[in-house]
Amino acid sequence: MTGGDTGGRLVRPFTLTGGRTRPSRADFTLITTVTALDPQPARAVRPQPEHLRILRLCAEPVAVAEVAARLDLPVSVVVILLSDLLEAGRITARPPHPVDRATPDLDLLQKVRDGLGRL
Amino acid sequence: MAGSDRAAPAPTAPASPAAPEAVKILIAGGFGVGKTTMVGSVSEIAPLRTEEPLTAAGLDVDDLAGIEEKRDTTVALDFGRISIGRELVLYLFGTPGQQRFWFMWNDLAIGALGAVVLVDVRRPESSFAAIDFFERRGIPFVVGVNGFHGRHPYPAEEIREALALPEHVKVLLCDARERASSRDVLIALIDQLIDAAASAAAS
Ligand SMILES: Nc1nc2c(ncn2[C@@H]2O[C@H](COP(=O)(O)OP(=O)(O)O)[C@@H](O)[C@H]2O)c(=O)[nH]1
Ligand SMILES: [Mg+2]
Repeated sequence: MTGGDTGGRLVRPFTLTGGRTRPSRADFTLITTVTALDPQPARAVRPQPEHLRILRLCAEPVAVAEVAARLDLPVSVVVILLSDLLEAGRITARPPHPVDRATPDLDLLQKVRDGLGRL
Repeated sequence: MAGSDRAAPAPTAPASPAAPEAVKILIAGGFGVGKTTMVGSVSEIAPLRTEEPLTAAGLDVDDLAGIEEKRDTTVALDFGRISIGRELVLYLFGTPGQQRFWFMWNDLAIGALGAVVLVDVRRPESSFAAIDFFERRGIPFVVGVNGFHGRHPYPAEEIREALALPEHVKVLLCDARERASSRDVLIALIDQLIDAAASAAAS
């Protein structure tokens, strides 16, 4: 059985955030990367103006803190709006790289070091 | 290639640009030590700022006791960004200076690679609280001694002793206004993390 429903297109983006059917504000940290889906899902309901502003901002991947700063809105407000957009299937949210102090990720650290060295 | 009935790897958002993963480093220290200056000197974008009303930040009403203008109080966060290739982005967050905003530091510290504590040698005590904060929570940090007017009256070793820092904590003389100098402080932090990882793996 290779259910066609696992083939990707029908996997709604917020299943990436842990399989819940409803996204929650806890899905967003300051450095969660949000990206507008392109194309946007066809919907009867038009997004609100502030939702549209966010969608325009995250046409390219951008961190939650950056959305808040560029819209001059508190992070707490932006997170509510982003939750709406995630629930509507209009954006994807990529969590930050996990940091586990007990088992440091040497590969990641080396990448960061190399990147800084290029500055 | 095994069976033809194998499911295709689940594409996520096919037409969206691939989102990078983010990591963060905190820039801490007392008021006016040069945190925002350092963020700005290495960031690829002009430093950004968010203002969070205290009530929205989830503070107990009791915690607001003693804060004069409760309704208007906001916590400002400065931050900048350094792209590490296409898949990884490093964010730098300047921590809010005032100690009453420490609840914000806790949130900020979650998931951080580590921290830079900036020290102004003319008033090192303004950074003691930041050093204590990271030490107590076991969050790795380096100390950057920001030489105002480019002056470094004390060698790094003397400052380490004065701050009672353990041997593995690097102390660097720096100039937060200089990109290369700020970059070197960040590299020192990463090197310290790599050293710690290597010695943990060896033992
Ligand atoms: N002369 C000199 N001034 C600096 C240096 N670093 C910061 N400043 C200035 O000190 C003031 C406080 O710096 P700022 O980065 O805002 O401190 P913060 O409160 O830690 O964010 C600003 O006016 C900076 O321009 C430095 O290395 N040398
Ligand atoms: Mg500042």
